[in-house]
Amino acid sequence: MKQDMVKQILSNPKYQELVSKRSKFAWTLSIVILVVYYAFVLVIAFDPALLGAKIGDGVISVGIPVGMGIIVLSFILTGVYVRRANSEFEALTQDIKNSLK
Amino acid sequence: MKKILFLSLALSLAVFGAEALSGEVQKQPLNISAIIMFLVFVAGTLGITYWAAKRTKTAKDFYTAGGGITGFQNGLAIAGDYMSAASFLGISALVYGAGFDGLIYSIGFLVGWPLILFLVSERLRNLGKYTFADVVAYRLQQIPIRTLAAAGSITTVIIYLIAQMVGAGKLIQLLFGLPYSWAVIIVGTLMVLYVTFGGMLATTWVQIIKAVLLLAGASFIALAVLMQFNFSFEGLFANAVSIHPKHDAIMSPGGLVPDAFSAISLGLGLMLGTAGLPHILMRFFTVADAKEARKSVFVATGFIGYFYILTFIIGFGAIVMVLNNPQYLDVAKQAAEGGAPILGGNNMAAIHLSHAVGGNFFLGFISAVAFATILAVVSGLTLAGASAISHDLYANVFMRGKIDEANEMRISKIATIALGVIAIFLGIVFEKQNIAFMVGLAFAIAASANFPVLFLAMFWKKLTTRGAVIGGALGLTTAIVLVILSPIVWVDVFKNAEAIFPSKYPALISVTVAFAAIWFFSITDKSETAAEEIEAFDAQNIRSQTGIGAEGASSH
Repeated sequence: MKQDMVKQILSNPKYQELVSKRSKFAWTLSIVILVVYYAFVLVIAFDPALLGAKIGDGVISVGIPVGMGIIVLSFILTGVYVRRANSEFEALTQDIKNSLK
Repeated sequence: MKKILFLSLALSLAVFGAEALSGEVQKQPLNISAIIMFLVFVAGTLGITYWAAKRTKTAKDFYTAGGGITGFQNGLAIAGDYMSAASFLGISALVYGAGFDGLIYSIGFLVGWPLILFLVSERLRNLGKYTFADVVAYRLQQIPIRTLAAAGSITTVIIYLIAQMVGAGKLIQLLFGLPYSWAVIIVGTLMVLYVTFGGMLATTWVQIIKAVLLLAGASFIALAVLMQFNFSFEGLFANAVSIHPKHDAIMSPGGLVPDAFSAISLGLGLMLGTAGLPHILMRFFTVADAKEARKSVFVATGFIGYFYILTFIIGFGAIVMVLNNPQYLDVAKQAAEGGAPILGGNNMAAIHLSHAVGGNFFLGFISAVAFATILAVVSGLTLAGASAISHDLYANVFMRGKIDEANEMRISKIATIALGVIAIFLGIVFEKQNIAFMVGLAFAIAASANFPVLFLAMFWKKLTTRGAVIGGALGLTTAIVLVILSPIVWVDVFKNAEAIFPSKYPALISVTVAFAAIWFFSITDKSETAAEEIEAFDAQNIRSQTGIGAEGASSH
């Protein structure tokens, strides 16, 4: 890519908007999943009985809906990201490409 | 000429295979429906390979199926790559043996995917062409980086391949009564056929078909299990708790992760390892653009998550219907060791359960699906390995980038055949070895050598060639050394009394070493080339963010 094109894009406000919005969004979602997962993992290491506690008077423990919940959360978070990225960020990217023509 | 060669190879394999199947003394009684379904699957996939071969004309076709795979198809293929026989049988076995611990493993394998989506997938697609080394070497010096990335890829692929081939051999021996070496040779030969003739297009479609079959089969088993309890989970779990020797303990975490270090290290290894597996990363180049790449991860995460929920139910279903069931009891082993061991070991829990809910016919179906699963995964691995050899090593290192496409493709096919022969050979050599540590080792290497270099190449301006090469090499070495010194190799394989490195999970240390070394050797690099590389980051970043200048899809 030629240097002047690089300069042109870097100074394009839409490019700066794309980079900052996407960074914030991607890192926020990453931190969410990391915190949830490592909280789960650390509870298992330090206080497994917490996850083994019973819900109500049945046999099912807290850990099972928690575990299932993390699986579902992972899926939902990917959906959240794709919906915003494939609409808003794609639109911004298209604007940037158009401005080069 | 090519047509005739292909057809005669396929025909001789079918005849050869049938001959070998009919006349052997078996561990299991001859399962006709399983064999028929296996032959149907093989015939069908060879047909797909033939169709794909006609469409595979260029290197782009061979490595990325022309870039025309849709997001949904790719998502299903990625899920297929990930839902190996090891996860289907292995995780069900873990749930069968220890209950909740199986879920801890599943979750570890799954949470890497959202991270791949947020941080890796679109940038990878925008920057690369055929292999992840394309991305790492984008602004750095080609030769050292390509060599490092190829070394990391090939090491991961071969280790993973050995684990899969040995697993395949043992499984087929058990299910179809074939001698171990025949099984390994058949798997190796078929995978070479798929990849050599059909490239990424055949591999992708074999992966998709197998994913659909596996999900359908596993769903059926789970449904059948739940129907027994009128869809009451409480009913299923209560029954399992009363039957299982560990009783209530299966409802909570057991001894899988004994301390904080293991917990964090295992988690890190699984999460980052996923993002460093070359055969997974390759899949991102098969779609048209970043938009489809994102969709693939969404689809893959959905199917993989669903699959892990199913394996959890299947494990518990096996406790209820297979444990203590005299039909599946290994009487000889019980006499020698006590307890209630099932035929073929815990890894067969899901297979026996399929028989319990669906009889011989469904058992045949699941056995054929398990075989399909192995074939699809080893094909993907072989393609990743072959592309590292031909595209990274031969084309870019050895020939310095001056190579025409036809030549590169020819080298890829030769590399595929060579890898197939190596895989068969190693599969036979490692038959009696305890290879349980190998998948863990592959993930550790992927997490410590491939991922740090890839991640920093995409995100960090100050990365230099020197930093990447030294840091990556250190990460790779640390992972290998720590695994060798750990209980799973030093004690279990070499039979020493105590391990030098006390944990089974080295990732926390090896990943940290890799990042620290890459950082240190990059910032202390004051050479001129380093300055140029730092300068080139902005242009790279623009392409990774917007896709301007990225590889598009083929026209056909």
